[in-house]
Order: sequence, then C-alpha cells, then structure tokens
Amino acid sequence: MLETALYFIQQLLNGLTIGSTYALIAIGYTMVYGIIGMINFAHGEIYMIGTYISFIAISGLIPLLGIEYLPLILIITLAVSMFISSTYGWAIERIAYRPVRGGNRLIALISAIGMSIFLQNYVRIAQGSRDIAMPSLIQGGWSFGPPEGFQASLSYMQLFIFIATFITMGGLTLFIARSRMGRACRAVSEDMKMAGLLGINTNRIISLTFVIGAALAAVAGLLLGLYYGVTNPYIGFIAGLKAFTAAVLGGIGSIPGAMLGGLLLGVTESMTSAYFSSEYKDVVSFGLLILILLFRPTGLLGKPEVEKI
Amino acid sequence: MAESMLKVRDLSMRFGGLLAVNGVSLDVEEREIISVIGPNGAGKTTVFNCISGFYTPTGGNINYKGQEIHALADYKISRLGMVRTFQHVRLFSQMTVIENLLVAQHRHVNTNLLSGLFKTPSYRKKEQKSIDRAVYWLKKVNLLEFANRDAGNLAYGQQRRLEIARCMVTEPGLLMLDEPAAGLNPKETKELDELIVSLKEDYNVSILLIEHDMNLVMGISDRIYVINQGQPLASGTPDEIRANPDVIKAYLGEV
Repeated sequence: MLETALYFIQQLLNGLTIGSTYALIAIGYTMVYGIIGMINFAHGEIYMIGTYISFIAISGLIPLLGIEYLPLILIITLAVSMFISSTYGWAIERIAYRPVRGGNRLIALISAIGMSIFLQNYVRIAQGSRDIAMPSLIQGGWSFGPPEGFQASLSYMQLFIFIATFITMGGLTLFIARSRMGRACRAVSEDMKMAGLLGINTNRIISLTFVIGAALAAVAGLLLGLYYGVTNPYIGFIAGLKAFTAAVLGGIGSIPGAMLGGLLLGVTESMTSAYFSSEYKDVVSFGLLILILLFRPTGLLGKPEVEKI
Repeated sequence: MAESMLKVRDLSMRFGGLLAVNGVSLDVEEREIISVIGPNGAGKTTVFNCISGFYTPTGGNINYKGQEIHALADYKISRLGMVRTFQHVRLFSQMTVIENLLVAQHRHVNTNLLSGLFKTPSYRKKEQKSIDRAVYWLKKVNLLEFANRDAGNLAYGQQRRLEIARCMVTEPGLLMLDEPAAGLNPKETKELDELIVSLKEDYNVSILLIEHDMNLVMGISDRIYVINQGQPLASGTPDEIRANPDVIKAYLGEV
C-alpha cells in the first residue's frame, strides 16, 4: 500500500518537473498567439539555443571568470542565456514575421517553419550534430520511504526546477497584471488597432512579447539541459510541439492556461510511462491534443472568441 | 490668417474599383465643433478612418498643426494629439474601467523598462499623475464608482462615456467622435450634448463629429460639412445647411 502511494508520488514529482518546463516554453507560444494570432513555430528552437548557450556559458565563460560558487554560476548562466536568447527572439520577429504581418496567416506560418529549419541547421553547423553532455551541477537529493522497499526521491535538481519555474511565472504574472508595460500588452492583445490609435507603439509591444517568450524558453533551456544532462540541435522540435500542445490544452492565448496545460501534460506523460509504457507517452500527449481540438478547441482556461458586431 | 488646426485637402480613398471618397476637403480650427453629415453610405466614416490613420488614403493630403500626417503610423498620429472613437464601442472590455484610462496614458509615462521594474521615484510620480488624471475624468463622466469593474460589464451608455474619457486622458487637441449618440436614449443624448460642449469650452478641444441625430448636430456644431456619395455637397453654419436645397434633396430625394 505504502509502496503504491510512494510510486505514485514519485511519478507525480517527475511529471511536475517536466511539466513546469513545458509550461515555461508554452508561455512563449501563448503570448505570441494572444497578441498577433500566429503560432511561432520557431519558438522550440529558441529553447534549444537556450540549452546551448547555457552549456557554453557553464563550460566556457564560468571557468574563464574563475567562479566556483554554485548559485553565482547558475545566476550568471541564466542571465547570459536569457539575454542572448531574447536577442534571438527579437531578431526572429524582426526578420521573419514583421515583414509578412498583415498578410495571409499562412505566409507567417511558413515563414516560422522556415525559421525553425534555419535555426536548427545553423546550430548543427556551428556546434555539430552530436549530443553534447551538460555537466551535472546540482547533485543529490532526498529519499522517502522504507530503506528496504521502494523509495520516492526528490532531487535537488528537481527542487531547483520547481523554485526557478515558480519565481519566473510569479514574476511574469505580476508583470502582466501590475506593470505599465504589462497593461499595454493586455490592451494590444485585446484590440491592437485601438491600442495604436491611443498612442501605444504596438510594434514595440510585439517585440517585447517575443523577448519575454524567448527569455522564459531560455530558463527552460538551462533547467532541462541540467536535468537531462544532454542536448543536441534537434531537441527544439519535439519540445516545441509538446509546449504547443500544453498551450492548446490550457487554452491558447491564456497565460495561466499555458501554466496549467504544461503541468497537466507533464503529469500525463509521466503517468503514462509509469503505468502503461513509456513508448506510448508521445502517443498519449498528441492524442490529447487531437481530443482537445475536437471537443474543446478553446482549451481549459481559454475563452471562446466572441464575434464583434 | 493663421493656419487651420486640421486641414484636409482633396482627400480620396479607393477600395479596388470603388471610389468611396472623392475630393473631400475640410478645415477644423482651434476650439471648434465641426460635424460631418450625409446619408447612409455617403463615406463619412471612411473620411474619419483616413484622417485618424486607420486607413492610408489613396489621394490628397491631411495636415494637422502644420504636419503632414497621412503617412504616419497610427500611434504617432495620436501622439500628435488626434484621437477618435468608433461607431461601435471599442473599449478594452477585459480590463477594468480605470485600466482603460491608464493604458491610454501609456505614452505619458515615458520611462524605460528598468525604471518600471524597479519602480523608481520618478516612475511612481508619473504613474500617480496618470491615476489622478484617470480619476478626474471618471468623476467628470460619472463613472468613478465603477472604477474597478471590467469595462465590458458597463451599461452601453456608460461605455460610450468611458470611451470619451479614455480619449480625453490622452490630452488631445482634436477629438473625433463617430456617431457618439448612436443607441443612446434622449436623456443620455442630452448629457452627451452637454459633455461635448464642455470639452470645447472648458478643455479647449476641437471636435470633429459624425452624427445622425440632427438635433444634436444642429444644436452644438459651429460648422457642418455635408458629404453625399463620397463627394462634398455643401458646407456652412447649421442655419445655412438647414436652408440648403441640395442638402434637402440628398436627404429626402427628388421632390
């Protein structure tokens, strides 16, 4: 009995760990969709680039600076990675999306897919296509349960993921709800034209959205990079699809929805792996996507779009 | 004579093969209420959309306070001091009433992202000023008690007033109202009438108005432009327009 419960708790913890990083990436999809109504399919690649920048910072920059204090290493890596990834996010919007905005939506979609392929191959050429091992900076953890039976464990790495995700999401929520820029973001996402006519520079707000989304993807990049200990140029594709699923699950356009959708998807995956078969976890996630699109296209927290009369 | 505040010359707007507006010219001076009237489908709203930067006109030019504006981005036009409402209410309905007024002052709190994050004293001071201005206008349009309610939950007449307040917090020189009395009851229309006159008298705002309510138009306008089938038909004081046979014909048809 105890063993079953511990096993379940273990799966829940694993699911929430993965889920919180899905949520971080999903926010980037949902914010961009909320503002300009397009799916930024290159967003998964930003996450992938985030893992590479984290790797480069940890293995190159940190030894160069001679820093050995772990929290400082993490903070510097995070800052560098968020900054550079945000620059990528900003540049993608300027180069690939802004020129085709206002045209047919399909054009922007194709442009996004092109950007995604470009970034993947650009990293492949620059960094090589083989797996790169990330150093495991955070080791150890706690175990619960009888010493002779099954023990549930919570590693420090998992705890770090929870805390980092919690702080990032709390910060974002406050930013959107309270700050002047957040207010402008909400206004632009509700009625871009009107916001422009009231003196808000909508292009700047759109850029800001891409920058924030990319910064959150970079956080996810560092966290997942350290958690899995490995990265390659192709991880962005599947992670992007998963995060997109999470965003749709929660209701695309809704930030709390993306958070909830990410956690839910992560838990679903880990439960499928644990009680069914890990080979079926992608089948279940994407099956979930199809079911949502069929039966509740607005997602869990999304609002149905009301036609303006 | 000094230059007009708003000077529109030979404005035309073509949608594919349809010439919706052709050769419309108009002037608005400081502290003037100008109405644009005409039968349904005459192109009044199209003229409005061109002037306010919602459309880029295909011909003619628009000059506001000595600056050509027909090719400017929408937010730059409003920063010059021209702001408008639409025929149907376009509030940010998922934001609260006061947030609607704060977001319209976005440009007044001209600070960078960092000072916003760290809430520097100068940022706080400017933010406080925006709140004060918002509260002032909420009082003026009798909406203060609804300040923290979602704008979408207000009654229709209240939403109309909030829209005007939202324009006024941007401190415009020219306010453009597209059928502000549409859907209002007689009492609300009378209040609107008083509000518009007070905006001109007390806040030195010029007003460009599209309206079907002839009592309102004739009562408050300094001058009136009549447009018919996209072309200018007549212009003059309310009395001149009332007596103009062409205008009567356009409205009532051949007698």
